[in-house]
Amino acid sequence: MPELLKDYLPIVIFMGVCAAIGIALMASSFILAVRKPDPEKLSAYECGFAAFDDARMKFDVRFYLVSILFIIFDLEVAFLFPWAISLKEVGLLGFWSMMTFLGVLTIGFIYEWRKGALEWD
Amino acid sequence: MIAGLFFYLFAAVAVASAVMVITARNPVHSVLFLILTFFNAAGIFILLGAEFLAMILVVVYVGAVAVLFLFVVMMLDVDFVELRQGMLNYLPVGATVGFIVLFELVLVIGTWTLSPEALQAAAAPVATGLTNTEALGQILYTKYIFFFQIAGLILLVAMIGAIVLTLRHKQGVKRQNIADQNARSPATAIEIIKVKPGQGI
Repeated sequence: MPELLKDYLPIVIFMGVCAAIGIALMASSFILAVRKPDPEKLSAYECGFAAFDDARMKFDVRFYLVSILFIIFDLEVAFLFPWAISLKEVGLLGFWSMMTFLGVLTIGFIYEWRKGALEWD
Repeated sequence: MIAGLFFYLFAAVAVASAVMVITARNPVHSVLFLILTFFNAAGIFILLGAEFLAMILVVVYVGAVAVLFLFVVMMLDVDFVELRQGMLNYLPVGATVGFIVLFELVLVIGTWTLSPEALQAAAAPVATGLTNTEALGQILYTKYIFFFQIAGLILLVAMIGAIVLTLRHKQGVKRQNIADQNARSPATAIEIIKVKPGQGI
């Protein structure tokens, strides 16, 4: 598979440059910056008064719903990629097979639209 | 040779980050290490020549499933430090269950024999000159149309199920209704009252 892997050489170079810049920035601040830690400097800064509570708050369940709905449409798009590439070969059956699939998911989309699942009170 | 080098790089990082997933103290860090594991698994898939699988792993698992895990971890709001306090109490029971499962797995996999036909079927010939996305596309929508449509129905059920289980509209929230707002006319929106001086309304 060497031809295939050759196509990924730019990505490897790109990731190498990314890693080099990222590590260089972190390492330079680690080496060059003046560090005199102090309990007051390290504590959370909240505009003059002591911090009330933890920043890790409970998330609303609606984020979860949006995320699930996103996964479903993400999968739908994932099915579209091979279809778009091989549309010439699969012919009419393949075309209408995908249209039925999209139609079924559009029913779900209409359902969630009508139920107001995409609204944020 | 370079491919081998990259395989060991991806495999080592994947195993190390998988270990970190279960040992990290902060569950959010666990999810982030899980994302790193997914990325390295995608790298190994690319080395195998399974480009489509690698891209789907990044798009679906990293893009969607890992985000869902993050939300679940943040939504649960469990104090994990407190949760770990009783770890020693539960260790014997947990270790017993773990060893039973391990024993059964060894028993099952150790006595597994593969028929030669099955091995040949697994190594299906790859059509030359096709990327695997194309090869997948040529059979998925015609030969396996039934499974494809069932996948669509499962997604529909998942969508409706998620909405039925989690959608709770708050009562007494005034939502914007643009059609209603545009349909307002002076006749329906304002009222003119003649007020006599000194009386008020």
